[in-house]
Amino acid sequence: MNHSATYFDHNATTALDSRVLQAMLPFLSKQPGNATSRHSYGRAARQAVDQARAQVAEAVGAHPSQIIFTASGTEANNLAIQGMVESNSQILVSAIEHPAVTRPALTMRQRGNSVASIAVDASGKLIDSSLQNLLSQPTSLVSVMLANNETGVIQNIAEIGEMVRSQGAYLHTDAVQALGKIAVDFSALNVHAMSLSSHKIKGPQGAGALVLDKRVDIRPLLYGGGQEKGLRSGTENVAAIVGFGQACELIKQELSEQALIVTQLRVQLEAGLKKLGATIFGDQSERLPNTSFFAFNEIDGETLVVALDRKGFAVASGSACSSDSTEPSHVLLAMGIARDLARGAIRISLGGKNTATQIEVFLTVLENELLRLKRLSAIAI
Amino acid sequence: MAYSEKVLDHYENPRNVGSMDKSDPHVGTGMVGAPACGDVMKLQIKVGDDGIIQDAKFKTYGCGSAIASSSLVTEWIKGKTLDQVMEIKNSDIAEELALPPVKIHCSVLAEDAIRAAVADLKAKQSSAKVAA
Amino acid sequence: MSVKTPIYLDYSATTPVDKRVAEKMIPYLTEHFGNPASRSHAFGWTAEEAVENAREEVAKLVNADPREIVWTSGATESNNLAIKGAAHFYSGKGKHIVTMQTEHKAVIDPVRELERVGFESTFLSPEPNGLLDIEKFRAALRPDTVLASVMLVNNEIGVIQDIVAIGNICREQGIIFHVDAAQATGKVAIDLEQLPVDLMSFSAHKTYGPKGIGALYVRRKPRIRIEAQMHGGGHERGMRSGTLATHQIVGMGEAFRIAREEMALENVRIRRLRDKLLSGLQEIEEVYVNGDLDQRVPHNLNISFNFVEGESLIMAVKDIAVSSGSACTSASLEPSYVLRALGRSDELAHSSIRFSIGRFTTEEEIDFTVALMKDKIGKLRELSPLWEMYQDGIDLNSVQWAAH
Repeated sequence: MNHSATYFDHNATTALDSRVLQAMLPFLSKQPGNATSRHSYGRAARQAVDQARAQVAEAVGAHPSQIIFTASGTEANNLAIQGMVESNSQILVSAIEHPAVTRPALTMRQRGNSVASIAVDASGKLIDSSLQNLLSQPTSLVSVMLANNETGVIQNIAEIGEMVRSQGAYLHTDAVQALGKIAVDFSALNVHAMSLSSHKIKGPQGAGALVLDKRVDIRPLLYGGGQEKGLRSGTENVAAIVGFGQACELIKQELSEQALIVTQLRVQLEAGLKKLGATIFGDQSERLPNTSFFAFNEIDGETLVVALDRKGFAVASGSACSSDSTEPSHVLLAMGIARDLARGAIRISLGGKNTATQIEVFLTVLENELLRLKRLSAIAI
Repeated sequence: MAYSEKVLDHYENPRNVGSMDKSDPHVGTGMVGAPACGDVMKLQIKVGDDGIIQDAKFKTYGCGSAIASSSLVTEWIKGKTLDQVMEIKNSDIAEELALPPVKIHCSVLAEDAIRAAVADLKAKQSSAKVAA
Repeated sequence: MSVKTPIYLDYSATTPVDKRVAEKMIPYLTEHFGNPASRSHAFGWTAEEAVENAREEVAKLVNADPREIVWTSGATESNNLAIKGAAHFYSGKGKHIVTMQTEHKAVIDPVRELERVGFESTFLSPEPNGLLDIEKFRAALRPDTVLASVMLVNNEIGVIQDIVAIGNICREQGIIFHVDAAQATGKVAIDLEQLPVDLMSFSAHKTYGPKGIGALYVRRKPRIRIEAQMHGGGHERGMRSGTLATHQIVGMGEAFRIAREEMALENVRIRRLRDKLLSGLQEIEEVYVNGDLDQRVPHNLNISFNFVEGESLIMAVKDIAVSSGSACTSASLEPSYVLRALGRSDELAHSSIRFSIGRFTTEEEIDFTVALMKDKIGKLRELSPLWEMYQDGIDLNSVQWAAH
């Protein structure tokens, strides 16, 4: 297998931190405990889960009792959307949500709900008046992501929270991409529910969480053994939960340092991209420090991504979760970007281990590939 | 379920386990609880002519707290008069053993067992008087 | 004694991850960390390939087509997806569901949830041996019955239901048949090419794989449809969205490969241990095996010890890690609903212990356990007024208990 040498796709998934692995190992191999069992093996598993719960809570300014562990960020989103919506009411989601929010919202139509989309402007920010207008209809749930997975644009969730609360609706935010990249504080965000994912923060795949204001009326998605206070049945995935907790612990220690590294790298990257004539999406807004979403005129994104992969750079075209489709990014279309340009979009999402040299080499390779692709398309014409 | 050290001690080393002859006129037997409820306590006291409890024995079908409550009670009541043991309150037992709220009923049962044993003895003695 | 305590005899609650499984998983936590849905680079492709290899291993253990295997986060999710997913999809045909009282909560509770949204259900009681009477099952079916769910191996008492007979009836009547096989993999042979089963739930962590991963078998011929319960990126052909945990999937694949290759021999060994445990425990008076002994996996022995109380029994046997009732309900003090469904009294249900034996159980551990049980049951009975009455020949049922 010819692995790409340089990983620029940290918004898709991150490599597990070795310290996280160390924390997980005892639960991957030796410890057989089911956290529901009452014997010492079970109690050890329960303690490990409780410790992780405290770690996750602390990393996001929540109380441990507000953390409901799930198997993924997608599941946390599904739990929030399917669980918090009242029947026969309106659901509002922003036009740039991840499918893990949009799709569950759309399925609620079958249960008599209506779904409307809140518009964003060209910079990727939510248009307040669009939300305000939509809220004039009786609404039970609004879902707006904290930071977009493609552009990295950060929404002003606390302000949105004011508007939503004043209409008596619940506000959910998908903070999966924001966690580990910027400070995330559940109470300061003024939301009722917030989704998190472990594998985006150097934790393992297989764990996520919904942080939930306990006053919220919510129905579970999975029924059974009654774990997670009955809100999420199923044997706790102890190893993954422990890893998630440890990854949150690391965020607490290292967030500002990591953010500084990727901020500097992105300045270097985007200076180079602009020189090559790239359009950078959302760069007028406050963004995640690690994310750069851009396109070149008349260059097909998919082709460029494959070419870059051959040269040893793992980047993304659109989000990984929707890369089955060849449709241009719905995020860019919502921002009013022309389809042709949107089709060329490439996302680089940096991590703390990336280096200035990697950026430098990348920019050189990119320049060469752009020239080559332009020649090819010139021949084709 | 977390048990206090004292409960564990009584559970591991129960005091005064056993039975006495039920038909002995000096022996009072109290049996309280029901198997379906998960606890049955049998408490027996042997009272001398001076009205002082000389010996106490118990058997308990129940959880650790129930066993500990009855074991503790046998220690407490020895050497006391019937009137004195009637003063023992379930709250004293619960406090001594640091029982959690869900286990308070065990101490209630132990108090009931004392009362039942005393009542049995008194009934025996009065019927003996009648017979005499 | 050379054994290390507490001895783990709770393999039906969860199993330790087999070393070989852990070794196979770790590279997918470290160097091959890609998101299998990333189609644009080799990190994603490596992950995707590993996921597909694992899917094949899972399919092979149960003789299914890999395309019939849908990954989930565990058997609870598989059961929820199968039951709610099939009931909703086929609700046009009818809204009646048939299942058993002794099913796992992860089957019972989704059915209860369906009742809240307009379905009706019949919970059949088992015979005293835990098995389902096929004629009772047939009689429970109605023209509007759309789904039946019966587990293959019971988690508490280990009995094996006759899913061939049940499935054949479902086939005749055009009823979707779901089977919870979380406790069955690696213990009984499963051939889905032959079995008249439409949907089957699997778990990795009951078969020496990791927690947090399971699968649902969804038959292709004839094609069974389900309504997705988790929506998003459209993973698993739209049936189940959410980023897949590659290392966990790899672990499940490896665990199921090992099960396929080793189950025949392993089960012989485990049966021998179980028989030894059983004959040792049967030397104690007044013990009752719960559930049929023949139609049963050798891994499970569920025994009630008469005249001792359940909680004190658990306290007494802390040198062995066992369950009293199911692990998933043991946070509450309710007697096991499974044992009650068999007609056991509350007392016997309370004083039951599930010993579940597994891959790493040794003969010394069984010897230790037998000796321990004899000693502790003896001591508790010494303390028990009920035992004393029994020995005095008093019929406990004739006693007027002063209920409090």
